[in-house]
Amino acid sequence: MAARTEVRITLPSDPALLAVIRHSVEAFCHLTGGDEATCEQIGLAVDEALTNVIRHGYDYRNDELIELTMSRRASTVVFRIEDRARQVPLESIVPRDLSDIRPGGLGVHLIREVMDEARWSHREGGGMRLDMNKKLVGAEPRLLETNDA
Amino acid sequence: MPDKGPLPIDIEPLGDAIVVRPHGNVDLSSSPDLRDALQEVISRNAQRTVVDLANVGYMDSSGVATLVAGLQAVRHGEGVLVLCGMNDRVQSIFQIARLDTIFTIVDTLDDAVGGDG
Repeated sequence: MAARTEVRITLPSDPALLAVIRHSVEAFCHLTGGDEATCEQIGLAVDEALTNVIRHGYDYRNDELIELTMSRRASTVVFRIEDRARQVPLESIVPRDLSDIRPGGLGVHLIREVMDEARWSHREGGGMRLDMNKKLVGAEPRLLETNDA
Repeated sequence: MPDKGPLPIDIEPLGDAIVVRPHGNVDLSSSPDLRDALQEVISRNAQRTVVDLANVGYMDSSGVATLVAGLQAVRHGEGVLVLCGMNDRVQSIFQIARLDTIFTIVDTLDDAVGGDG
C-alpha cells in the first residue's frame, strides 16, 4: 500500500516563520504539478491565512501553535490550518468591501480569490479550522495521491 | 505587535522626490519597518514620495496595508505617492486586491521621479 502524500507542519505563531512556510507550500505545489504563478498565489493565500491566525486569533503572541496540513487529491491541493485561538463567529469572516479604500482587511478577500474553496469552522474543544483547496489546471503531479485511509 | 523584522530600507532624496527603497520581503514580520520608514519620510512633507520595490521579492496584505496607509497620509498632506519597480508577483497582489488603479504605479525609478503620474 502506497504511503499517503501528506505533509504536516506544526509551527509557532511567529511571523518570522511565514517565509519558511511560504517556501514549503510553494514547493509542495510545484511537486503537485502547479505552474509558477499559481504556486506563488497559493503561497500567498496560505500566508494570509496564517497571518490572520497570528494577528486576530493569537493577538501577535508568537509562542502559540498552528498546524498546517498539505495533501493532494487528484490534481487538487488541499490545505488545513488549525489553531487553538479564540473562536469567532463564522459569519464574521467575510471579505471587506474593496471600494472602501483603507489599510487592512484584505486577507479573506485574497484567500477567496486565489483558492477554489475556503471554509472556516470551529474545532471541537476550541480553536479554529480553515480548509482550503485549489485545483491545478493541467497539472502532472510527481507526488502520490493522498488516500482517505 | 510583532517585533521589528530585519528589513533594510534606504531613504534618499532624488530630485524633488524622496525615495524609499526596501530590500527584502514585506510581510507581517517586516511591514512595521516599512511603516516606520514611510512615516519618517511623510513627516518631511515631501511633495513626491517614491517607493521603489525593485528589491522586494514578495509582499503580502500587511505590506499592501502599510502602503495604503502611506498613500492616505501623503494625500492628506497634498503630496504624491508613486510605486515603481514591482515584479510580477508583487504586482499580482495589487491586482487581486483591486488596488492597481488606486495607486500610481510606474515601471522604473526614472519614471517615478520624473513625474509620470
